[in-house]
Amino acid sequence: MAQPAARSASVDVERRPWVGRSIERVEDAALLTGRGRFIDDLGTPPGTLHAAILRSPHAHADIVSIDAEAARRAPDVAAVLTGEQVKAMTSSLVVGVKAPVECWPIATERVRYVGEPVAVVVATDRARAEDAADLIDVNYQPRAAVIDPLAALAADAPVLHDGFPGNLASDRSFSYGNPEQAFAEAAHRFSIDIRYPRNSCTPIETYGVIASYEAAEDAFDVLANFQGPFSIHTVISRALKVPGNRLRLRTPPDSGGSFGVKQGVFPYIVLIGAASRAAGRPVKWIEDRLEHLTASVSATNRATKLSAAVAADGRVLALDWDQVEDCGAHLRAPEPATLYRMHGNLTGAYDIRHVRVRNRVVVTNKTPTGLNRGFGGPQVYFALERLMQRIAIGLDLDPLEVIRRNLVPAGAFPYRTATGALLDSGNYQEAIAKAVEQGKLAELMARREEARAQGSLYGIGFTAVVEPSVSNMGYITTVLTAAERRKAGPKNGAQATATVALDPVGGVTVHVASVPQGQGHRTVLSQVVADVFGLKPQDVRVNTEIDTAKDAWSIASGNYASRFAAAVAGSAKLAAERIAHRLARVAASQLNVEPVDIVFAGGFVVSKRNPENRVAFSRVAALGHWSPGSLPDDAGQTIRETVFWTPPELTAPDDEDRINSSLCHGFIFDFCGVEVDRTTFETRIDRYVTMHDCGTILHPAMVNGQIRGGFAQALGAALYEEYAYAADGSFLTGTFADYLLPTTTEVPEPQIIHMETPSPFTPLGAKGVGEGNCMSTPVCIANAVADALGLEDVTLPLVPAKLAGLTRGPEPEPPAGRSSAKPAREGDRRLHGEGSASVNAAPDQVWAMLLDVTTLQAVIPGCQRVDKVSDTHFRADVTLGIGPVTGRYRADAQLFDLDPPNAVTLRGKAEGALGFGDAEGRITLAPDGKGGTKLHYSYDAAIGGKVASIGGRLLDGATRVIIGQFFAALAHQAGGAPAGGFSLFALLRRLANLFGGRQ
Amino acid sequence: MKPAAFDYIRAEAVDEVLEGLSKEGGNARVLAGGQSLMAMLNMRLARPKVLIDIMRLTELSRIEDRAGAVTIGAGVRQATLLAWPELTRTLPLLALALPWVGHVQTRSRGTICGSLAHADPSAELPLLLVALGGEVHLRSTRRRRRVSASEFFVGMMATARAEDELIEAVSFPAHNGGRCAFREVARRHGDFAIVACAAVATPTGVRLTVGGVADVPMARDWPCLDGSALDDALNGFAHELDARDDVHATARYRRDLVRIIGRDLIGEVLQ
Repeated sequence: MAQPAARSASVDVERRPWVGRSIERVEDAALLTGRGRFIDDLGTPPGTLHAAILRSPHAHADIVSIDAEAARRAPDVAAVLTGEQVKAMTSSLVVGVKAPVECWPIATERVRYVGEPVAVVVATDRARAEDAADLIDVNYQPRAAVIDPLAALAADAPVLHDGFPGNLASDRSFSYGNPEQAFAEAAHRFSIDIRYPRNSCTPIETYGVIASYEAAEDAFDVLANFQGPFSIHTVISRALKVPGNRLRLRTPPDSGGSFGVKQGVFPYIVLIGAASRAAGRPVKWIEDRLEHLTASVSATNRATKLSAAVAADGRVLALDWDQVEDCGAHLRAPEPATLYRMHGNLTGAYDIRHVRVRNRVVVTNKTPTGLNRGFGGPQVYFALERLMQRIAIGLDLDPLEVIRRNLVPAGAFPYRTATGALLDSGNYQEAIAKAVEQGKLAELMARREEARAQGSLYGIGFTAVVEPSVSNMGYITTVLTAAERRKAGPKNGAQATATVALDPVGGVTVHVASVPQGQGHRTVLSQVVADVFGLKPQDVRVNTEIDTAKDAWSIASGNYASRFAAAVAGSAKLAAERIAHRLARVAASQLNVEPVDIVFAGGFVVSKRNPENRVAFSRVAALGHWSPGSLPDDAGQTIRETVFWTPPELTAPDDEDRINSSLCHGFIFDFCGVEVDRTTFETRIDRYVTMHDCGTILHPAMVNGQIRGGFAQALGAALYEEYAYAADGSFLTGTFADYLLPTTTEVPEPQIIHMETPSPFTPLGAKGVGEGNCMSTPVCIANAVADALGLEDVTLPLVPAKLAGLTRGPEPEPPAGRSSAKPAREGDRRLHGEGSASVNAAPDQVWAMLLDVTTLQAVIPGCQRVDKVSDTHFRADVTLGIGPVTGRYRADAQLFDLDPPNAVTLRGKAEGALGFGDAEGRITLAPDGKGGTKLHYSYDAAIGGKVASIGGRLLDGATRVIIGQFFAALAHQAGGAPAGGFSLFALLRRLANLFGGRQ
Repeated sequence: MKPAAFDYIRAEAVDEVLEGLSKEGGNARVLAGGQSLMAMLNMRLARPKVLIDIMRLTELSRIEDRAGAVTIGAGVRQATLLAWPELTRTLPLLALALPWVGHVQTRSRGTICGSLAHADPSAELPLLLVALGGEVHLRSTRRRRRVSASEFFVGMMATARAEDELIEAVSFPAHNGGRCAFREVARRHGDFAIVACAAVATPTGVRLTVGGVADVPMARDWPCLDGSALDDALNGFAHELDARDDVHATARYRRDLVRIIGRDLIGEVLQ
């Protein structure tokens, strides 16, 4: 441990290190005073144009035609690109599995998810580009969509890509140990079915790209807030059809959060690069929030069936995983990495030697997935830790005791898991004991008893997880068979890089390719390097921008897999040590001592034995510039050193598919107490305790910041956040009014406890800590809620209405006489309704009225122009609106199944800039035996597209209002017409009221 | 997410607003805080030709407590009313409910009348106007008129305001001394209400008003009920509201909250 600083007249050679202290962050002065330099703040090259992207309102449809002529002729428009043009200029993005499937950054011939780009408009400013995008007329022929991953595997499911028959992109089975025997012999078998939802960590700053095609050199210069991994650089250059050295990719000084998400900007780098090439000028595109929530990227949703073979004492002998991973509409690089990132860790924190795995990857009509904080961890641990609780309940054991009985033994590290991970270090038993004591579990248990005695719904949840960090670049090849891997060539390692340089007056500069998004990398690197040189952190300037044309980088560069502290900071230490080693030789000859006697402290290079014998660091450091001839012959240059570091433990998958998917493995043990409100079924976190062992802690406040940030996002995943889709593929959460993030009032302060077991595999002993709570917290809260409500199954997010539905008994019946024929929303998200009315006229009179052509024309709401295709088929331009929300639509209405004077079906659809809708109504007429008519109607209707994405909350109501407008207009028309003896007006007015419309 | 082009008029007199509305009708929108309108413009949900900004008109920014009514001008921001020292005495229900309207940031820009004009089914202010039986003061170049709350809200985001009319002010009857109570359930604080309820004591019993369930706030007057009679009345009311499912809640959940919260609030008011 660090020593307190000793007072000395000379240099303090035993100075307390900077690493391990919560020094002020060098990043904060700019960020907290609005001086951050984000991509949209930076200037653009002269003549830069701006892009807007027209996106699909449909989840699945053929593009019959695109008429972009009006947009091309619009003022200040430089170019309009559709899929056809982009395809001509680029190559398909690489797909992560071997299959005859293409992946373009823009739809070609067919759209496969709501929000898929259909056209790019480039104009002198963004508003004009959006104006022109509104003028593009796309004719879609909708197809059936499939949203659910298991439904996508059904024999009759719509197929997205011919190259993925049955929507199956990959199907691999694995066996480790002897799971068959373990299941056959075990006393118990427990299973759980999990549906993990879609969600995302949503950064404040959205995607941004400024791309410039340099025709003279056939090269691209791109500035983008891309986060890595830079393996994607090769994907981009290949798609843009230039060699890697002709794609200069740079990042801005600041990036406003990423959490993995900004990996997903890469298809837009290709798209905007192509736009720049087409326009002949630089093109800038900043994604807006609607685009981001709808179509940027999301974590995978997953259907998992997990079974455990369990001994009588609760020991888990074997696991059987059946995972169906939903990667959305395209398998974009690096997917299906989400599924394989955890492959070495499928046994979590437990000593389980027999594992069977079936991994299937499917495509559905949703936004393609990508990196997201936790990356595969939340999906795996939700299943595993829910199952551990279920085992405890099934065996009538304490859930914590079941966790304890299965932990990897304390003395077993480094421990090789059944599936191949090498758990570097830890003492899980001690960590749990500390957390139980310091987190006062006994007190929490008493609190539960007390709350329950008072009738409260109170529960406690536990989770133990291993947090992997520093990904093996080879883990994704586990999706291939051993033979395929041999053919493809080896992939492994995690090449990190750092450069340390000394300037002519002894100033120290550090450069790394870590692309932070606010984490504080510059601060920590200044601590690490200051310690090596005996300087103060403020003496060390750190640059974390990356320029692939000039900087040291590798495919593993970037900010992901929590690799900074373990890999990048460690590499900076090694680079600084290399220079320090040479400077020590220089100083030793000057001070006339042996190099081993040299230390760096307090701004001096000092003899350990005689601290009075010293020379200023800056003097020694400057020598390489001013007087290289004075350097000892064998010292080498002392100006600049770049280190590449990759851990030897990260080997490729072996022939038995064992893979050490990550270098470091932190340990997390969480427990929490929650109370579920009996009226609202809202979940309140009463106390949350989170124990972390992330190895050596470099900056305690930043580690706690990572834990708090991950906890807040995990709380969102547990309670609020879901990228919700309707069954027809409409996206329902396109704004922050519907995609709910926890705010400061919803996030309690977790109690954070630490233990430090250094990693033997990293230069600083540090492990990653950025993602752990995204893995542990959702299931910990779910376990607590299941405990509170006595539920066997809980699904995230824990929406109050959903919990109420699972818990409450039957609803009080409506009072007698109240009709139950109300509009109802069914599973397919169509709104159904029916009703009837009596009319004091014979059916043939009513029939004549309903089929009157002028009536029909007049009743289409907001109708501006009608084209009569036939007596029973009309097309019209209409303006429809709810309050101020109005838009123009192209409508098409037809009468079907005419059975005069008994029945008719009216079918209509409309499509416009705000979305599309369709409705079908069947009206039947029957004599009531008293000379009048009994009229019965039924309808179903649906609205999709942009309106559904941003007005999901009001969608059903809006649909009814539009139908109401139709009937109100019909009533108005009928009221004005002579209608021999009965008032159709009164009838239709009543109909309109039933639909919720007004006169 | 940039609005379509529009003309912007910063009105310097009420007549200028009225003339603008008279000339442009439905193509004009009044900008009075903009907390819903600006988002709709940026998402191109609304594409008015003209935006008439009324926020510089001091004559519309008054709160007056006169003749048994509190009249709030079209330019009065929600935060201004919440900070008005007489609020708790004259309109205790608004003092209870205004903190539920959006967030501090949106209240500091959003106006009382702007929220009424927008008529979102989940908004608190329309619910409060119906609960207290207030009136909307409408004015055009043709006429001035007042419309009662129950007649003003005619549907989802639809009101009785004619296209050439400005909501000049709104008036709430001043407090009659009876008790009142308000409660709201939303996913997070400041979100649109899943269910919001206000109960107000009346000379003959109690009025319960519910927002967030039907297309418009719905009120029901009852004599002093309790026990199973109250349960039956609330159950009937809950079923009549035509609750709907959305991504945040089910229709059943909304009815449950009307039954449970309605009973709690009525109990508080009649105790």
